[in-house]
Amino acid sequence: MSEPVAQKTISVDVNGTTYEREVEARRLLVHFLRDDLDLTGTHVGCDTGNCGACSVIVDGTLLKSCMMLAIQADGASIETVEGLGTDGELNPLQQAFGEHHALQCGYCTPGMLMSAKALLDENPEPTEGEIRRAIQGNICRCTGYVNIVEAIAAAAEAGR
Amino acid sequence: MTETATPTSALVVEEQETRPGFIGTSVPRKEDRRLVQGEGVFFDDVKRYGMGFVHFVRSPYAHAKIKSIDVARALELKDVYGTLTGDEVAILTDPFFEMSVPPGSEIKDYALAVGKTRFVGEPVAAVVAATRELARDAAELVEVEYEPLDPLVDARRAQDSDAPILHEDAGSNVVWEGVFDWGDWEGTVGEADRIVRIKELHFDRFSSTPLECSGCLVEFNRGTGQWTMYCNHQMPGIGAIWMAPALRVGTDKLRFVTQDIGGAFGNKICLHPYFVACCLLARKLNRPVQWTEWRTDQHTANAHGNERWFEETEVAVKADGTLLGFKTHAIDDCGAFPRYEPLGCIIWAQVTPGCYRWQNVYVDFTQVATNKSPVSPNRGYSRMQHLWFTERVIDIVANELGLDPVDVRKRNYVKADEFPWTTPNGCVYDSGDYARCLDIALELVGYDGIDKRRRDAESRGKLLGIGIGSTLDSGTNNFGQSQLLNPELQFSGNNEVATVKLDIFGEVVVTLGTVPQGQGHETTAAQVVADALGISPDDVTVRPGHDTYWNSHAGFSGTYASQFAVTGLGAVKGAVDQLAGEIRTIAAAVLGGVPEDAVVLEGGFAKLRENPEAAIPFMGIGAIVNANNAILPEEARHVTLNCRYVYVPPFEVPDTERKYGNLTLTYASQIHVCVLEVDPETGAYEIVDYAAVDDCGNRIHPQIVEGQVHGATAQALGAATHETFTYDEQGNLLTPNFYDYHVPHALDMPPLKTGYIESPSPFTSLGAKGMGEGGGAGIHAVCAALQDALRPVGNPIVYDSCNPPHRVWELISNPAESRGRISVESR
Repeated sequence: MSEPVAQKTISVDVNGTTYEREVEARRLLVHFLRDDLDLTGTHVGCDTGNCGACSVIVDGTLLKSCMMLAIQADGASIETVEGLGTDGELNPLQQAFGEHHALQCGYCTPGMLMSAKALLDENPEPTEGEIRRAIQGNICRCTGYVNIVEAIAAAAEAGR
Repeated sequence: MTETATPTSALVVEEQETRPGFIGTSVPRKEDRRLVQGEGVFFDDVKRYGMGFVHFVRSPYAHAKIKSIDVARALELKDVYGTLTGDEVAILTDPFFEMSVPPGSEIKDYALAVGKTRFVGEPVAAVVAATRELARDAAELVEVEYEPLDPLVDARRAQDSDAPILHEDAGSNVVWEGVFDWGDWEGTVGEADRIVRIKELHFDRFSSTPLECSGCLVEFNRGTGQWTMYCNHQMPGIGAIWMAPALRVGTDKLRFVTQDIGGAFGNKICLHPYFVACCLLARKLNRPVQWTEWRTDQHTANAHGNERWFEETEVAVKADGTLLGFKTHAIDDCGAFPRYEPLGCIIWAQVTPGCYRWQNVYVDFTQVATNKSPVSPNRGYSRMQHLWFTERVIDIVANELGLDPVDVRKRNYVKADEFPWTTPNGCVYDSGDYARCLDIALELVGYDGIDKRRRDAESRGKLLGIGIGSTLDSGTNNFGQSQLLNPELQFSGNNEVATVKLDIFGEVVVTLGTVPQGQGHETTAAQVVADALGISPDDVTVRPGHDTYWNSHAGFSGTYASQFAVTGLGAVKGAVDQLAGEIRTIAAAVLGGVPEDAVVLEGGFAKLRENPEAAIPFMGIGAIVNANNAILPEEARHVTLNCRYVYVPPFEVPDTERKYGNLTLTYASQIHVCVLEVDPETGAYEIVDYAAVDDCGNRIHPQIVEGQVHGATAQALGAATHETFTYDEQGNLLTPNFYDYHVPHALDMPPLKTGYIESPSPFTSLGAKGMGEGGGAGIHAVCAALQDALRPVGNPIVYDSCNPPHRVWELISNPAESRGRISVESR
């Protein structure tokens, strides 16, 4: 039996930029993004995969980056909060979050935005129930979700 | 639906001239642009060259002697930088300052466990390594030999003769005890027609669990002996008071830096043990060290809300439902170390009679230590527990005497025309109209049609209940209340600082003494400054976050206790009024020696009122004072355009003999109404309608106020329905992370209806009141609604604050158990 690999060089595309790095096999994707690539917009709020603060989109699929090893993302294309806007211009979701006061401390916001993006990419006209279901994996301790749901609905409306 | 009691706010800019201001409008939040782009800076985002990651070795036992600690195997690992143990801490530091009188004052609290451990998760050693993962590996190699001791988990047993003693130095598990006796309880008993007795009520342990865990990156500057902590401490002033003497340095050696903080809710006030450990490690290892708390550690070993028992309560009531007074014995469980306690033993007294006119109150209050996580202030700190008690009393009395809970409340609420109202312990409720708020809340849920909905629910096999939570959010503490616990404490009053300056290119720059965690301080401070200077909030820079080396601050600076709208903005208002005066002084001098009151500020210019063509841009004013001051006449040369103001509320030291005095400046009110449906087969229930009506005086930024109402409601509903830190008999926490500890998710939240009125505070510079904490009204409303719903199935009494479906099912399946807690004596 061969020795398990402790290190591996991986190549990932994050928000359109390709990064090649050697990582420990056990390094979580979220720590790779935050600590190795210094993309600190993606946050960590728990250690059990419950809070969704670390949500990113990997090859078109929404997932929690604390539930995936960096080496599993080798060759993948990843979208994070830093890639939502264009040249400093906010996208409709980011704008709607501000307008509707959908954030207070802002810690859950990046993950919430990525979940909302994944929803609208797939379902541009969600009902309120669909919005709530889409963000049920994201915990917010500040807002009670009221304005987050409103903001996502408004962004969907704006995108029509 | 919303309702407003006051016209759109207008701000006096000049004498006899008013114009609509930015105050009272929901301008875009300044904080949002960076936060929605992932460009906020939270402490864990900060990196330093060569930094090591800290992992704490934690106790698996609730109560144990530490026989030995061996770090040798951890140190053998490559890229492990070093360790710290309790023995080193005991040599290098002094125990933290305790606020209690004996026996609580004798407790020795250090950064790491010294000699024994007193709760599961207590740090006993720390390891620093090159990566987070390696630090965790190394921590597992630290060998600690324990001798387990019997744990004390139930606060009610703390004074039993055979109870384990946590702190041998104190010789008792009591942290603080005292009697509060206001009015004439014995006389009241003689006047009463009924005495309602409640054997026991229990307020559960939970906490707001901010999504960002605690932590810091600490650098030690060997040349100056100064530590810099990039962190999320929400009250650095108090943090330094704890840390500096322990580290045997002056407070100026401790620099706290925060920018964005991912929620705090009081849970980030007691971080000093962890920070001291990190400071020692940074100095010992001569490298920056970084500690980020894991979620499981946050739940297990940082900051719970106070658990409280109310034993043998008696309530004196007239036959018509007039409440005369109450007597109770409160047992407060502060966990293993007091830290911010015993302040919770007095904070509740800010709202002694709740929203009611009760004049005779007798509370025998005891706080004890147990082998559980230490507590810390938690949104609604200590008042929430007490307000839950007063609301439970109201509903139990109404239930037992066959009275309508709405009528009982309205009969006993402090009336709108009775403000300012003095409570039996000398607190002054500033303004409000509780009955009107209740009417609005009841209208929002369609109270008139509630009987029909009850029948409709019945037809579906459900039990419908409606419940009210009436609460106060007392804001702006008079720290003199600490002297009611310990007359030796030299704390009183309160203060907060802001600076506002006009820079050389006309930039208006504000610094705050506060430490925001999502409350929008940058935005609301800019609104106040903009109105005073006649500019837009967009023209005002408010420095994000707090840096104790940059931001001017005072002893009580921080963000806590629902006070920014009063103390923080009071300081901003004071500073910007000074700056406006200075700008006028310069303009008056430069525009030909006219009187200062001939100058108005508008659109970034200082102009002559009678001749607006004669105007100087702020840039010109800034340039003259900063770089061209030789042109100024002598009488204008004192101007710096850099104004600092310390807001000091009008408090006096309370009377320590009578435990009497005004403990807080403002009283925002929250009246909530909950309608829910219970499945009697399972105890599962659903909130089907919910209204929250808030009155916080003048609303500076309505959208932010509304957001706080939503958030406080969500936290209260979580606490009412699911969130509880449950321990087993051995002191193991059974809900140590978000997997087991269920906080509300988007699908859990019922539709919220909100309303408001504005009863301006006569005591504050902007007529505003602090309101961020709320009073836990959702907990009280859910408990009341459950009790109402369960009347047809044996009329059980809701006696816990947290009622998950299994607890509701227990109430349904054995109503006699809870009924046995109540008795009514007719006199």
